[in-house]
Amino acid sequence: MKKLINSPENVVAEALAGMAAAHADLLRVHTDPNYIVRADVKAKPKVGLVSGGGSGHEPLHGGFVGLGMLDAAVPGAVFTSPTPDQIEAATRAVDAGQGILHIVKNYTGDVMNFELAAELAKADGLQVESVVIDDDVAVKDSTWTAGRRGVATTVLAEKITGAATEAGASLIEARDICRKVAAQGRSMGVALTSCTVPHAGKPMFELPEDEIELGVGIHGEPGRERIKLRPADELAELLLQPIISDLPYQRGDEVLLFINGLGGTPLIELYVLYRKAAEIAAAAGLKVTRHLIGNYITSLEMAGASITLLKLDDQLTRLWDAPVKTPALRWGL
Amino acid sequence: MPASTLTAANALRWIEACAALLDEKKAYLTELDSAVGDGDHGVNMARGFQAVKAKLPTVPADDIGALFKLVAMTLISTTGGASGPLCGTFFLKASVTIAGKAELTPAELGAAFQAGLVGVVALGKAAVGDKTMVDVLTPAIAALTASASGEPLSAALARAVEAARKGAEGTVPLVARKGRASYLGERSAGHLDPGAASSLLLFETLAKTVGN
Repeated sequence: MKKLINSPENVVAEALAGMAAAHADLLRVHTDPNYIVRADVKAKPKVGLVSGGGSGHEPLHGGFVGLGMLDAAVPGAVFTSPTPDQIEAATRAVDAGQGILHIVKNYTGDVMNFELAAELAKADGLQVESVVIDDDVAVKDSTWTAGRRGVATTVLAEKITGAATEAGASLIEARDICRKVAAQGRSMGVALTSCTVPHAGKPMFELPEDEIELGVGIHGEPGRERIKLRPADELAELLLQPIISDLPYQRGDEVLLFINGLGGTPLIELYVLYRKAAEIAAAAGLKVTRHLIGNYITSLEMAGASITLLKLDDQLTRLWDAPVKTPALRWGL
Repeated sequence: MPASTLTAANALRWIEACAALLDEKKAYLTELDSAVGDGDHGVNMARGFQAVKAKLPTVPADDIGALFKLVAMTLISTTGGASGPLCGTFFLKASVTIAGKAELTPAELGAAFQAGLVGVVALGKAAVGDKTMVDVLTPAIAALTASASGEPLSAALARAVEAARKGAEGTVPLVARKGRASYLGERSAGHLDPGAASSLLLFETLAKTVGN
């Protein structure tokens, strides 16, 4: 294992300390239990927006704490959901009397821990609503599985719902906007290499030099199939066609096209992928009116990318364009 | 003389032994989890039980219910992942039925564990055959509760471990339908479920503790 760390045990704590040192203007890091809150938390009465999950997906979620996005992020150990007491503490920390919305990625551990935290907070009289993001078309949605995984649509949901809460949306309005994003976003990813969890010390899975994992999850979970490496244009087809056929897009629909790097793929390759993805979307009659390209929800050092399409309407476009000021995403200010 | 009941002292020794064994088996459980999940089960269970071990000196010496409750609350707040809430719930629901007890007959222990299992099923929504910890807990607890009155605990636990072992081995050919392993579909077959494996370890450790 070759990593820029001091010790596997301290990776999360030291990264959090680094964030606190770098972004003191935007956020504060609370330790024991660990959570990150906006520096100006509760400065005005607004719905508190909280998300969280295992670490190792940076900038998700801590990098999205700030104006127009999250009020708090709750980081667990690497690839491990945070615990209920952490989530409950973050929930309390952002309670400005207007209720709190949890955005949860659909993984068994995340869902259970957020559910327990919401129960604890509600028992103390707080109003809590939750939206579960499950946008990964690589997983068949079935009552016989844990359901689809939550992946890159989470970033878009945090941005758009954050804009809504910043503008004064009520808890129920914010929840419904977040639900709309969850319902209208679909993703699929591909891994070119594996990744190594620091405390495990060896790669999550072995991938031969000429093979790739199509439909990989953000924790290195296997996807639809393992295939031979192909040119980027063919991969764009393999990722985007299942997305387009899954959500019934109409010709003329406006969409946001999001090319996300999994951590180990350079931006130049993401643009190669974007070029073809935009072409495929256009051929399907979709109008790409907004886009996002970069490493926003990663899987440690994994090489690979995911493609996300979010169907837009006037409301979602307006909220997407609204000002945002966080460590990892900022515009309009 | 074989132990006829679970004493508070043995219950405490069991939890201490679990902490030691899970630390030792960290790599083994993590390896099982890397094959079908996200590779954190061993580390998470070890972290949770180490935190429990650190708090054991605070628990009353004659109250198994209080011991289980401490185990539960500590696992929920330190383990993370799905194992924290699930194992924590198991001990929490079990603790309710035995509050204040310094000693448990096999039937009482079985009833407490059964309450724990009901809690696990309610939270995780898994059934037997889904390739989870429920595949081990269900037959093991059934063996324990079926014990005839007057049967020594060590004999009841020997049967429970036998049933747990069969349950764990039975998860190997199964296709996972819950948790992260379910994303693998057919590819999850051929692997031992990590949650089933750690549940088996807990029962084996209990049998060993009572037997010694």
